Amino acid sequence: MFELQVLLVFMIIGALIAVKAKDLLSSVIAVGVVGLGLSLAFLILKAPDLAIAQLVVEILCVIILIRATIRKDLPFSTSGRWFFNTFITFLFMAVLLGFGYYCMRDLPQFGKPIMKVAQHFVNQGLRETGAANLVSSVVLDYRAYDTLGEATILFTAVLGVLAVMRKIGRKR
Amino acid sequence: MTVYFLCLVLFCIGLYCIVRKRNLIKIIIGIAIMEYSVNLFFILIGYKIGGRAPIHSSDQTILNMVDPLPQALVLTAIVIGLAVTALIAAIAIRVYEKYGTFDITKIRKLKG
Repeated sequence: MFELQVLLVFMIIGALIAVKAKDLLSSVIAVGVVGLGLSLAFLILKAPDLAIAQLVVEILCVIILIRATIRKDLPFSTSGRWFFNTFITFLFMAVLLGFGYYCMRDLPQFGKPIMKVAQHFVNQGLRETGAANLVSSVVLDYRAYDTLGEATILFTAVLGVLAVMRKIGRKR
Repeated sequence: MTVYFLCLVLFCIGLYCIVRKRNLIKIIIGIAIMEYSVNLFFILIGYKIGGRAPIHSSDQTILNMVDPLPQALVLTAIVIGLAVTALIAAIAIRVYEKYGTFDITKIRKLKG
């Protein structure tokens, strides 16, 4: 999986540019680079449904963030205890990486999943649900309550955005 | 194993962006990067070497599919991530209109 590692390094570079860029617009565009790289990684990992969904979602996300940042660039201030805060942050990240590396040895090897539950879906999914695409059979049949909850969350988020962004109705 | 570790490095970059930056938009960007890395980690766990996409074909029997369960869960998580990002961005736009800044150290006073 050499191409996957190249793609991950590309995404890490994009994320570093997004964190370190001075103006907000280039930072948002670098996040778009990370998301499109993630879409390509999903294609390499044999998940075409996710690649399509990630592509659409990434474009919408970049549009929303550009709407939030347009003509509102700000200079960054680095006052306060800069050295101390950065040192503490890097120490915490080092501890997190160390523990993550320690825990990853207990995971199954890359490319050899356990598939204790999913083996039933793979064997019986076509006969039980009639869907040729196993992902849609899991989303819409085996775990349909999850999808119902997702639709509820989406509806609530849209209501929240409309309630926050409305222009009228705020009379003093 | 190397791929898992690179994914964790991506997560740490998002964490650094959330903890260390003061701009609200940068914090939203950090949340988005962390979400991407977690989604990618789920799919990496379910990948099988030489596997095929989990779609049946009518004329042949396909063995050796990748795990469809994490893909279904991540499909839900991607859409929820978009909703969360839109909600936070809307709140950030309102905060900018109220206070005139994105700097979180200057957003202190309560204005009713």
